[in-house]
Amino acid sequence: MTETDLVKAPGQGSLPPAQGGAPGFGRVRFRRRARSVGGVALSLALTLLGLLLVTFIIGRVMPIDPVLKVVGERATQAQYDAAYQAMGLDKPLWQQFLRYMGEVLRGDFGRSISTGHQVLDDLKRVFPATLELALLGTLIGVFVGVPLGVIAAARRGGWIDQIARVVALVGYSMPIFWLGLMGLLLFYGMLGWVGGPGRQGIIYDGMVPNVTGMILIDSLLAGDWGAFTDAFSHIILPASLLGYFSLAYISRMTRSFMLEQLSAEYVTTARVKGLSEGRVIWGHAFRNILVPLITVIALSFGGLLEGSVLTEIVFSWPGIGQYITKALLAGDMNAVLGGTVLVGTCFVLLNLLSDILYRVLDPRAK
Amino acid sequence: MTEMTTRAWLLTDAPQTRRQARLGAIYQGWLTFRANRLAMFGLAILILLVLMAIFAPWLSPQSPFAQNLAERLKPPSAAHWLGTDALGRDILSRLIHGSRITLFIVGTVALIAPVIGLFVGTVAGFAGGWVDQVLMRITDIFLAFPKLILALAFVAALGPGIGNAVLALAITSWPPYARLARAETLTIRHADYIAAARLQGAGPLRLLIGHVWPLCVSSLIVRVALDMAGIILSAAGLGFLGLGAQPPMPEWGAMISDGRTYILDFWWVAAVPGMAIFIVSLAFNLLGDGLRDVLDPKGAKE
Repeated sequence: MTETDLVKAPGQGSLPPAQGGAPGFGRVRFRRRARSVGGVALSLALTLLGLLLVTFIIGRVMPIDPVLKVVGERATQAQYDAAYQAMGLDKPLWQQFLRYMGEVLRGDFGRSISTGHQVLDDLKRVFPATLELALLGTLIGVFVGVPLGVIAAARRGGWIDQIARVVALVGYSMPIFWLGLMGLLLFYGMLGWVGGPGRQGIIYDGMVPNVTGMILIDSLLAGDWGAFTDAFSHIILPASLLGYFSLAYISRMTRSFMLEQLSAEYVTTARVKGLSEGRVIWGHAFRNILVPLITVIALSFGGLLEGSVLTEIVFSWPGIGQYITKALLAGDMNAVLGGTVLVGTCFVLLNLLSDILYRVLDPRAK
Repeated sequence: MTEMTTRAWLLTDAPQTRRQARLGAIYQGWLTFRANRLAMFGLAILILLVLMAIFAPWLSPQSPFAQNLAERLKPPSAAHWLGTDALGRDILSRLIHGSRITLFIVGTVALIAPVIGLFVGTVAGFAGGWVDQVLMRITDIFLAFPKLILALAFVAALGPGIGNAVLALAITSWPPYARLARAETLTIRHADYIAAARLQGAGPLRLLIGHVWPLCVSSLIVRVALDMAGIILSAAGLGFLGLGAQPPMPEWGAMISDGRTYILDFWWVAAVPGMAIFIVSLAFNLLGDGLRDVLDPKGAKE
């Protein structure tokens, strides 16, 4: 896991800061904003292009012969050559790249050798499972981490602050997959409180009609309470695990944002006015950290999409992390690269989203 | 010289030589660092780890590779302090030898990634213009990738193995250093002493190596120390997925993966190496916090 990597200040996403300083006259301001939007779009396009370039290069330098994977070991030389030409491998690299780019833009990642399906269909099937896990993890992280951070800042040096410190330190130092194994051992093996590996018990497998691909929501839509509790007992442990790592980060960031606000003069003014401490903290200071907090939450969600790779392996969760890893061990390059492009794109878009939200919600950022 | 006079010599307000001033500054930093008990704790653990790695063959009670199928999956006992794994190998011995692999991976990545970052960042910041644009765009692209996924894809392309795992981790972890080095360079680029050196006829390369790099190093060191734990965890993750060190090497992440099959009945096989990873990365985090207080007082807001 790369928890430390997540620690970057808001507004320092992958995009350059907003252009321009003081608000000028209408037209100038409009032009500036247009340039800034254009800059963001250009930067997004370049980043996505770079992402494709990197996956293309990875696909080309790998030692596995893609032609052999298609035609099989016993193909004749003529069959091999035909496939070689059909795949465009005789063309110059830049033409191959253009072809690859065109295919990806049409959603064509090729066929997965290990599952036999189109990679896109596989991704559509596995991605909701990861999304469900990461969303629930983020929810836990937000609903525990934010109050913890706020209280830690309000009672600086108190016992809650100390606990929050230890919780975060342990979170930054713990191998996520190991904690998952220990959680399975304790809560599933010894106590029997939660469902074991996988998304559902065998009885409920395929019983709920697929609408969103997220079983918790689908089972509620179908009104199947049994399926819902079963799915919940399976997801709660891996989601809490991801939630823990998310809350370690969110609580630290919340604490430092709050400390900054609480030392501001308007807080002193509010206190002098005689407002209660609760009003000062939640009504004044907390409202001012909402904007940077949204950025932090978006970044932490992106981190969970990535962190779910190892978690999914531990819990046999049929999501994108498990898909990529299995494909990787089988030498199934189409599936690996397709999955990488998908997760990479989500990452880039989340970065962009947090940046845009920051600009839209914080009037000073304009 | 006695202890007292050495101390007085180091702490003097009026150092006579450059060397004295420099040593004095280091000593002051050490005093600050020493006052941080948690950081000292982290340092102690890491010193123990290094000693363990150096003296591994003498410390470990058995060979890390010696199999004994009659003794497989035994719980911790007097003969095997931490039990045995599925092939009857002594877990303690494997743990001790595994410290070498962990230190090798962390050390190499922590050496390669910041150097790439330092080079890219300072060149971009110092040159400015389109060089800056292009280099930073490349950095942003790498930064936009989820790190572990990119490392996975690289290892997939290069083939599993410890060397390729190191390479993949280094390739994925240099961008933050480049950004940091660039930011530092931008703040000192127009400093008077740079202009003075330039007037003396120093070329760009000399300015960069002799006058810009030394000033970027301390903030990079802090960042490296704080990133060490992350590197350990990523390396262990790759090992756990079977993409790092290959069997029978006693890599800690791979040892957890071995124990995963037996987790419900023979929990110690997976629990022990995980504990080791946790303790070492905790030590690195504590050390990093302490170093930040010494080397980068601006960054230590809390």
